[in-house]
Amino acid sequence: MNKRVVIDPITRIEGHLRIEVEVDENNVITKAWSSSTLWRGIEVILKGRTPMDVGLIVQRICGVCTYSHYRCGTEAVENALGMTIPVNAKYLRSLMQSSLYMHDHIVHFYHLHGLDWVDVVSALGADPAKAAQDSLKYTDKPIATGEGELRAVQERVKALVETGKLGPFANAYWGNGTYRFTPEQNLIALSHYLKALEVQRVAAEMLAIFGGKSPHPQSLVVGGVTSVRDMLSPARLQEWKQKHAIVQDFIERAYQADIVMAAEAFGTEASVLGGVNVKSFLCTNDFLMGDGQYLFEQGVIMHGDLANVTDINPDFIKEDVTHAWYQADSAQHPYDGTTVPDYTGFVERETVYGKLPTLDGDGKYSWVKSPRYQDEPVEVGPLSCLLVNYAKGNPIVVDAVNGLLARTGLPIEALFTTLGRTAARMLQTVLVGQASLHTFDALITNLMSDESTFIAPEIDSNKEYVGHAMNEAPRGMLSHWIRIKNGKVENYQAVVPTTWNAGPVDANGKMGPYEASLIGLTLEDPTKPLEVIRIIHSFDPCMACSVHVMDYKKQTLGQFKIDPNGF
Amino acid sequence: MDTHAALYAQGQQRLAYLRAIAPRQSVSLEQKMADNGITRRDFIKWSAAMTAMLALPLPFSNLVAEAAELADRVPLIWLHMAECTGCSESLIRTDSPNLDTLIFDHISLEYHETLMAASGWQAEENLEHALAQYKGRYLLAVEGAIPTANNGAFLTVGCKGHTGLQIVKDAAEGAAAIISVGTCAAFGGVQAAYPNPTGAKGVHEVVDKTVINLGGCPPSEKNIVGTLMYFIMFGKLPALDMFNRPKWAYGARVHDNCERRGRFDAGEFVETFGDQGAKDGYCLYKVGCKGPYTYNNCPTERFNHHTSWPVLAGHGCMGCSEPNFWDDMADFEKPLGRQLLHGIDATADTIGAVILGATVVGIGAHAVASVFAKPLED
Repeated sequence: MNKRVVIDPITRIEGHLRIEVEVDENNVITKAWSSSTLWRGIEVILKGRTPMDVGLIVQRICGVCTYSHYRCGTEAVENALGMTIPVNAKYLRSLMQSSLYMHDHIVHFYHLHGLDWVDVVSALGADPAKAAQDSLKYTDKPIATGEGELRAVQERVKALVETGKLGPFANAYWGNGTYRFTPEQNLIALSHYLKALEVQRVAAEMLAIFGGKSPHPQSLVVGGVTSVRDMLSPARLQEWKQKHAIVQDFIERAYQADIVMAAEAFGTEASVLGGVNVKSFLCTNDFLMGDGQYLFEQGVIMHGDLANVTDINPDFIKEDVTHAWYQADSAQHPYDGTTVPDYTGFVERETVYGKLPTLDGDGKYSWVKSPRYQDEPVEVGPLSCLLVNYAKGNPIVVDAVNGLLARTGLPIEALFTTLGRTAARMLQTVLVGQASLHTFDALITNLMSDESTFIAPEIDSNKEYVGHAMNEAPRGMLSHWIRIKNGKVENYQAVVPTTWNAGPVDANGKMGPYEASLIGLTLEDPTKPLEVIRIIHSFDPCMACSVHVMDYKKQTLGQFKIDPNGF
Repeated sequence: MDTHAALYAQGQQRLAYLRAIAPRQSVSLEQKMADNGITRRDFIKWSAAMTAMLALPLPFSNLVAEAAELADRVPLIWLHMAECTGCSESLIRTDSPNLDTLIFDHISLEYHETLMAASGWQAEENLEHALAQYKGRYLLAVEGAIPTANNGAFLTVGCKGHTGLQIVKDAAEGAAAIISVGTCAAFGGVQAAYPNPTGAKGVHEVVDKTVINLGGCPPSEKNIVGTLMYFIMFGKLPALDMFNRPKWAYGARVHDNCERRGRFDAGEFVETFGDQGAKDGYCLYKVGCKGPYTYNNCPTERFNHHTSWPVLAGHGCMGCSEPNFWDDMADFEKPLGRQLLHGIDATADTIGAVILGATVVGIGAHAVASVFAKPLED
């Protein structure tokens, strides 16, 4: 007798995500459904506004990848207007992008994903002296793992536990058999969890130096950047570099070491050795290291064929809404898409927790659409980025990937797993951090002969403009598409990473990466589905990003079931 | 000083009350600080800084210090509605090194979807438990607007499929105080901008209780933490302005404390981004700064451990702590003086069409806007 498991809210993510799975009598997952339960309608709101405000508005799609949408929206307008911005502006934008990554990936691994790998309660039984010794196995220069530091961390957490008030650690999955770290390893990671709270603040400051603040920096405009005084101040430049050193140090001596440690401990844990069941990947150019030279280059891998990486063709992108809470006759390109909300709600049924409202897998069940590339589901994100660049022979990526495989003793196949996805994010962080110093040097060199940061945009209100931009957000390839008419936004569409990964089944019955990743997974206890949560977290969900619509064909949005008082 | 004396007395009463509640922890804050390498002296310095930030006289720093030690007695429930998580991201950047995390250890964080270990059914249990266990005593923080169209169906949270609207109403019932963190929870925010397809509203529009509104997209980490601290110290809401924003944070116009104010007064303006004026730090009014119409402490406190704020980074203020700013302050790169001065607040309609043409009239805007800065109650 199959049983339904409902997981809502998936916590430690951005936004509102509901996952449901069906397990058989052996607790093996046979079916899975991914649903976003929030719709905000931001692209609708853009309509009729000045293109100059687009960046600031789309930025509010997400406060986690708080810079990605800002930049993508701004660059979509620049693309539509046929502008090329000053070189300094390009470098500053790239430095901000690097700063975002260094912050975002650290917070994801330690504060969002970390508790899927680290059993906090187990760390209480660790021997701090042994843990200090063990930490030297994963790097010769560990951070925050001296015996005294570890003892202090342990006592601090013990004191919390003794109060009986676990706060954010309460009622979790401690003791689950798929936690594979030793008590000592758990203590090392727990110490880094706390240390990372400090380091992420510094990383956020890096973004604020050229961005004015973080989250939601405010220094990009159509035509360039505004933080010209920060760029021209030697003290400010060195402030960025100093903070970079602090953060990069942590990335290389703690984050990297912890992934090597996880590879050792979880290398035999079946529940993290699957999870990549959509074997098509795509990524785009990002991280400018010099004139026209990107750290990561664009490309597409279809059906796991690493020998044939093709260039992205934007015409091949379509969105399907067969099982999403919208109406449309067929899959549509972002430029031609329609969006009419069609909320059908839940269906009552028996679950492992008793009778509950559940997703209607046969009907519509998510606010996320399903983007497809040549009608195929595709995974995006750090793993895709590294696989595409590895397959293309990008020497920086090839060296880094081979180096990690050598250190962990894992085969290349290990990349195609949940563990591999989490490791790829770390490796990407290391490379981005290193590359950003090249960006920094390129900026300094350029400043010797050029101080320009802005070119004034010009819009002819008698002309119609169409444009798009793509960048590699922390969660994967992001694209924004705009049409400008009468000097105002006529149409807007964002096709975002989490949409690619989290979308529901399409018209052809093909599951997206989230759903496919769960099939065949065995749960130790279906009422406490840690294994599912861990796999889903490895994608780094960002739901607010993924729930977006635009009514391209001017139909009245909400003639459906929206209360007219809402307008 | 009479007001201060009364407030001080109230603070002492509050602390006495908190002390009377049975301690949940066997280890004192002092001990924990020692364990974490924080000296008493560091702690007192932090308390004095926090006191200054709350615009209270120095003697209050004793209260601040003691409140921090007692803070663990106040459970905090933090809900996420229609939002982008930017406010939670701001919270995690809170900037008093080492000590801030300790302070948060001492607020009992019962529910916060971005930070809590439990998920799904177990997370929902934690929420239900906290609502029942701490009824009448918990602080409720809400991040994000409440979609109300279609009976709230544009947002459901939890296995039981309750709408965000229902969850907020239920949680508000037993809350000792409610804090709307950020412009979305306070005033509806970006999803409430025209045409507001989901009927998004601020929390205060869907519950019957007083709600503290922390405007800002997002509010700075200091404005969030400082407001929590105020409630913990005094057991009451801080003095609020006409939009229910704490006056200690939102009492002054951005324009009044702006580092470029002298440039404004001297008539020195950036004409286009990246020009010589921009390099020299001229006033950003002509390229759209909304500082003259915006109440917040950004120029004095800045963001990210005082690293910067938008005007320092050469971009005008966009008015993000004001109600309806997405509609009323756009275009963001043009002076508001070009448009009708509508929506600085609800009563602005009665002023009629106050049109600010040239920048010199910005001074006029100053006078007009200052009227609204007057306290509602004091």
